[in-house]
Order: sequence, then structure tokens, then C-alpha cells
Amino acid sequence: MGSLLKKRGWIIGFILAAVLFPFLSQNDYFLHIMTLAFIWMIAVYGLNLLAGYTGYLSLAHAGFFAIGAYALGLLTVKAGLNYWVSLVLACLLTSAIGAVVGLVALRTREHFFAIYTLCVGYIIYLVIDKWDSLTGGVRGLIGIPAPTNIGPLSFETPLSQYYLILFFLLLTVFVMYRIVHSLTGRTFIAIRNSEDLAQTIGISTMKNKLLVFVISTFFAGLAGALYASFIRFIGPDIGYITIIFDLLTYLLVGGIGTLAGPIVGTFLIVTVSQSLQFLQDYRMLIFGPLLTLLIIFYPRGIVGAYHDWRMKSWAKKKKQTEKKQKYVQQQSRETEKKIKEG
Amino acid sequence: MLELSRVSVDYGGFTAVEHVDITVEKGELVVLLGSNGAGKSTIFNAISGLQKPSEGQIVFEETLLQGVAPDKIVQSGIVQCAEDRKLFPQMTVKENLIMGAYIHRRKRKQVNSSLEEVFELFPILYEKRANAAGSLSGGQQQMLAIGRALMAKPKLMLLDEPSIGLAPLIVEQMFEVIQKINKDGTTVLLAEQNAFAALKIADRGYVFESGSIVVKGTSEELLANDTVRRAYIGA
Repeated sequence: MGSLLKKRGWIIGFILAAVLFPFLSQNDYFLHIMTLAFIWMIAVYGLNLLAGYTGYLSLAHAGFFAIGAYALGLLTVKAGLNYWVSLVLACLLTSAIGAVVGLVALRTREHFFAIYTLCVGYIIYLVIDKWDSLTGGVRGLIGIPAPTNIGPLSFETPLSQYYLILFFLLLTVFVMYRIVHSLTGRTFIAIRNSEDLAQTIGISTMKNKLLVFVISTFFAGLAGALYASFIRFIGPDIGYITIIFDLLTYLLVGGIGTLAGPIVGTFLIVTVSQSLQFLQDYRMLIFGPLLTLLIIFYPRGIVGAYHDWRMKSWAKKKKQTEKKQKYVQQQSRETEKKIKEG
Repeated sequence: MLELSRVSVDYGGFTAVEHVDITVEKGELVVLLGSNGAGKSTIFNAISGLQKPSEGQIVFEETLLQGVAPDKIVQSGIVQCAEDRKLFPQMTVKENLIMGAYIHRRKRKQVNSSLEEVFELFPILYEKRANAAGSLSGGQQQMLAIGRALMAKPKLMLLDEPSIGLAPLIVEQMFEVIQKINKDGTTVLLAEQNAFAALKIADRGYVFESGSIVVKGTSEELLANDTVRRAYIGA
């Protein structure tokens, strides 16, 4: 119960900070950066469910992010559909393509899966880049509309967009929390643990792996679609390989296979890399070694390291109280003896 | 109930098991004896569908198990309790047990009553229900592995070397529990190196040597058999 309250405390603290942030900073540039960070967080959550909880490291997620973005862009700009309909369709389209890719990709494991999905991601990038008549090729797609009004709510200002995307982020976190703490989530963890063992207790591994792949690509698509309507311009480079390695870095720093990891990692790297902007690309000279050290000493990232530390201090405390109890018991026994003897 | 006829299993050119015939009747406790690498685990993996036999047939309750997916085999009533107590180390004891009832996940009442039965069989698991499975001792982990297999309510339970690496006193307890599980109506196929203890509780046995069956018979026959005595009991 205490830990639940503490967990709630973290969540409420995060929500409060996120809601109050625009009033505290009053700076449109920071607001822009934070909104973008929220979009990346949604994508990282998608990746985390697949790579962190199920143990399948997909390198195709930048591609799925781009599919979501282009689907929204094309549906609104070229087909002239309503924004919200396009958003739903973009997510569904991304997960449908995810299902097809997953059916083949999930027959491979570990590094073969990573290499296969890396190729898939690159192919998606190439298709977007070269399919000039549909995607506009290197020129990209311009004039993507902002989210249209829902009743009295309008999403024209940066502030309203910030809150809209925060809402989607919180929704993503809620869905992830529910999945991870359900039997389905534990099924994914069982698959990460050992696929043979999962099968011997009756889990259909292919069905569950496909399910997690589709959910994961759904969130990549959602993040992409939100990106498109936030930036209002997209080019093929949003599907390029560097994007997936950015996402992966956020996840590794925050903590792969943890619920808070995507938020912590993304926030940290985005803010640090913003404040080191003056170093330009030499930033990587700092990031590279830091990341290597982190992976060597804290393979489960910042959140994972925090969990380990908590577990250790909890075990220590428990040991101490046990010792104390034993000592008290011994003392009382001795006094009893003395009383009897005396 | 279970019938293997002329089953062979290859590992890329190497024949691990050759032309094996095994039958298990309903309610029996049958033991497969053999040293390391004799092919006992391979047979188990073939029965639970993890390993495809290159030859022969496996029939369970009149259905052929050829090409049936492992999860479907579990649903038909065969549950394997694998060697070296494979658990989900980060999950708690209770979560491990609930995972064992995966195929009954929609029948919440049944899962709860099986949970109670397992806790009754292994009271220590109830005490440790909130602990991570990885923090248990060897004997407790083995109990958890058996308990998790029971959660699936199997008709046939495949137990792979439950006594491996356990203290003698715990081994004795383990065999008592296995006997009780069998008496309560679960058919058990047991793989063991500890021949004496296993034959004491088993109805029949097969002796494996480098992938084939060399001797078979009732427990009394095997206990009296000279080859068995020399090789496995040391008398």
C-alpha cells in the first residue's frame, strides 16, 4: 500500500509538473521542445513494450513512425479527410502494416530480428523517399493542418497543442500501465524470459508476439501522426535510421523494460542536448562515452538502477528490523529466565 | 493414454533418441531412468511439441500429436515441468503460479481454487507468495515449478529430474509429493537419475542408454534386475 501511494505520488507529481510547466516557463521555444519530447515519449513507449517487455528489439520503428506521419499527412492534405478521422486511420494503417511485417519478422529471433527490422525500416524510408508521386519525395509534404476543433476546444495555439499531446502521452502511459500489470503483460514478460518455457505453460508465442508488435507499431504510428500535425511539415528523413537510434538511446538511458523509463530518458536527453546546443555535433563526444558507461554499469537505465537501489535498501531495512526483533526476543527470554531463577 | 511408437529425434545429423516405444496408462506413475545425455529430456521435448520427432508417432488420448503446436498440446492436457526448475525469476511466487494456469485464464474461480490446492500441498509457497521466485531456495523453486505445472490441471504431467541438486531430505519430500499428486488422479511420467527413490514410488519404468531403451518392466522387476542395480543403485 505504501509503495502504491509512493508510485501514485510520482505519477501525480509528473502530471502536475507537466500541466504547470507552460505557466512557469512562459517561453514558446521551451514549450515547443517539450511538446516534441512528449511525442518522442509516446513512440518510445511503443518501442519499450516490444523491446523492453517482450525482448524483441525492433529497429523498424522509425519507419512506422514515418508511416503514421505520412498517413496523416496524405489523408488530410491529399484526400481532404477530417483530422480526427485521419488520426484514427493513420494509427490503424500503421498497425495493419505492422501486422504484415510482424508475421514475417517474428519468425526470427534476437540479433536476426534486429537486423531484419533494421532492413524493413530502411525499406520504408526508401519507399517514402522515392515514391515521388505520392509522398512528394525529398521535397516532403507541406501544409498539414493542425487538429480541428472539438466543440469549443480549438488546437490552434502552441499551448493548446501542448496540452493535447500531453493528453495523448498520459493516455499512452495509462494504457501501458494497464497492459504491463495484466496477465497479457506478464505473458509478454514470460516470452522475454524464455520462449520455450512460455510454450510449455500453454502460451501461444506467435499470437502474443504478433499482438505486442501490432500494439507497439500502433503507438509508433500515433506518435508519427501527432508529429505531422504539430510540425505541419514532414520529409522522408523522419523515417531515417538515425531516428530509431535516438529512440533507442532515450529508452536505454531511461531504463528498458521499466514504466517510467521512456519519460525519464527522453526528458533527460532532450533537455541535456538542448543545453549543449552550443557544442553542435561535438555533443556526441560527450554522449557516446556517457552512454557506454551507463550501459556497462546500469544496463537497466536510470529507472532500473533506482529500482535496484530501492530493493537493496528495503532488504537492508528488513534485515535490520529482523535483527532488532531477534535481539528484543532474546532479551525478554533472558529476563524471563532470570525471573524464574531468581 | 500416451503412446510413443518408434520415435526418433535428431539434432542436425546427431540422433539423440532412436526408435523408442513407451506407453503410459491412465493413472500410472512411470519413470524413465538414465544418466545425463541418455535422451530423457529429448523425449519430453518431443512429447510437448518443442522438438519434432524425425520418425515415429506420438499419440495422446487417441489423437496424433504430430505437428500440433506446443500451446495446443498443453491445452489437450500434457504439461511439462522442465529440468533445472525454469521459473520466471522476477515474478512473485503467486504470479508464477497464476502464469501456470494460463490456459484456464478465463475461469477465474477455478484458478483461485487451484491456487488454494497448490498452497495446501506446499505451505511454504503460501508463506513466500509475495517473494520473487528467484529469491527462493533450490527446493522451494522445485516446489514452485511443480506447483505451476499443477495449476494447468494436467491429465499427464511430465516431470524432468525433480530431484536434481537437492538435499537428500528434500528429495524424499519431493517424491512423497509426486506420489500424492499421482494418487490424486494425475498421470505422471517422471525422468530420473535417482533410480532407487524413483522406483520406490513408480509403477513401471524404462531404462535409457544412449538414446534407446535397454530394459523395461515393473518397478519390482527393475529393482531386482542386475544391470539396473549395478548401473543405477550401486549394489
